[in-house]
Amino acid sequence: MERLLRIDRRIIFAFVAVAVIVSLLLEFRLPVPATPPVENIFSKIESLPQGAHLLLAFDYDPSSKEELQPMAIALLHHCYQKNLRVIGMTLWPGGTGLAEQAVTQVASQYGKKNGEDYVFLGYKPGVASLIINMGEDLYTAFPKDFYGNDTSTLPALKGVESLKDIDYVIDLAAGATIETWIAFGKEKYRFEMGAGCTAVIGPDLYPFLDSRQINGLMAGLKGAAEYESLVGRKAQATEGMRPQSVTHVLVIVFILFSNAVFILSGGLRTVRRGK
Amino acid sequence: MRKDRDFWILVGTLALFGAVNISFFLVGRLQVNWEDFGIVLAAGITLTMYSFLYKDNPAFKIAENMYVGVALGYTVIITWFNALKPDLYDPLLVPLFTWERTPEYLLFAPMVLGVFMLMRLSTRLAWLSRWPFAFVVGLGAGITIPNYIHTFVLKQIEPSLRPVFSGGETVYMSINTLLILLGVISVLIYFFFSTEHKGPIGVVSKIGIWFLMVSFGASFGYTVMGRMSLLIGRTMFLLKDWLGVVQ
Repeated sequence: MERLLRIDRRIIFAFVAVAVIVSLLLEFRLPVPATPPVENIFSKIESLPQGAHLLLAFDYDPSSKEELQPMAIALLHHCYQKNLRVIGMTLWPGGTGLAEQAVTQVASQYGKKNGEDYVFLGYKPGVASLIINMGEDLYTAFPKDFYGNDTSTLPALKGVESLKDIDYVIDLAAGATIETWIAFGKEKYRFEMGAGCTAVIGPDLYPFLDSRQINGLMAGLKGAAEYESLVGRKAQATEGMRPQSVTHVLVIVFILFSNAVFILSGGLRTVRRGK
Repeated sequence: MRKDRDFWILVGTLALFGAVNISFFLVGRLQVNWEDFGIVLAAGITLTMYSFLYKDNPAFKIAENMYVGVALGYTVIITWFNALKPDLYDPLLVPLFTWERTPEYLLFAPMVLGVFMLMRLSTRLAWLSRWPFAFVVGLGAGITIPNYIHTFVLKQIEPSLRPVFSGGETVYMSINTLLILLGVISVLIYFFFSTEHKGPIGVVSKIGIWFLMVSFGASFGYTVMGRMSLLIGRTMFLLKDWLGVVQ
């Protein structure tokens, strides 16, 4: 019993690694039903007319790529399918490459043209002050796009003067930028907003759903998988749900096992006596 | 003896990684081009980072420092080409020296404030950095305080004050509203330290602890999910892009 209480943590790592690898190698499907917060984002995009402007902020960097990039790709597929005009940008310098790759690669699959059907503004520092600047005048915040084109001449931005003219804003965030977008953008300039985030910050953002400051929320790889299933394009996130579910079961088994061993070894009595 | 064993494990792992990649290039699984070289490099760094789970080692240290360096270098380049060059260098400094067009003199003010900020590096001129910092703190407070109170206090109070029965809502929605109300009150009482937590106050504060525990549990569950997602993503990359065993 003593040995079971002192299992080398590397054995647990090995179990998790094997669980992930095996569940990726074996083909089996698990249902990923969409939850209302994710459905709300999908429905909002569905309701937008052709040519409507959607601003997608890629506020993450490569360390959160595995969770947020599938989300971004699924959203972009939906936007291009609906012929929306996508405006991409980032508040994180490290996310510029990933954002540009996602926007252009998905656009090329639908034959969309840069500057006409979508625009990638790139990165600008400032966060809150940049959002306020965009709320006042988009063209002073971004006089040029990522490729050096004059933004005031781009057909994709026709009809857009500031954030007030954007039909829907979605922030994909690995940090506190969703709160910043809400405080300095949504509440000030009154546009509709949805959000996607890493699982770690997901619980902190549910209160904003309840207060209707965001209309929808995708949290973590599961949120991305739900969106993929809604768009009908099952890709990386959906595939990731197999190992995700298996590892979660494994973690539950570990918790039950360690508690059972702890109780059987008399640990509970020792704790009570200590009290 | 143990150090010796770790050294040979490291050498063996590196040799195995090298052999696998060479064989991939020889059989044509990977091509000699920048993209495939990037895959090998990414696979190597991924495995190196996960090697920390076995033990801290020199390869991990190299990869860790490389990450910091690459991230910083990338940030500097992106900031130069996306912010400093188009917003300061091109409209102010280039015309100032070439006289091809009128320089935007207004940009002098932020540029000087920015340079003053760097004066913190000098002990003699550090006092100059107080001006831009005063500007940033003043502006930040002025913009942030009203917006934060509106967004994170007033707007967040709304769901707690929503009527339980106003017609049109489902039973679950009413239960949710009651739970939010109970959660807010009990947690606030738990953090109210001016009265001893005994009697009815003690009971409500215990309920507050339960709400806090549920919230910590949810956060921890989400954290586990997030970390697993990162592992799954990297494993998918290794199995799909590098080894090619998953399509």
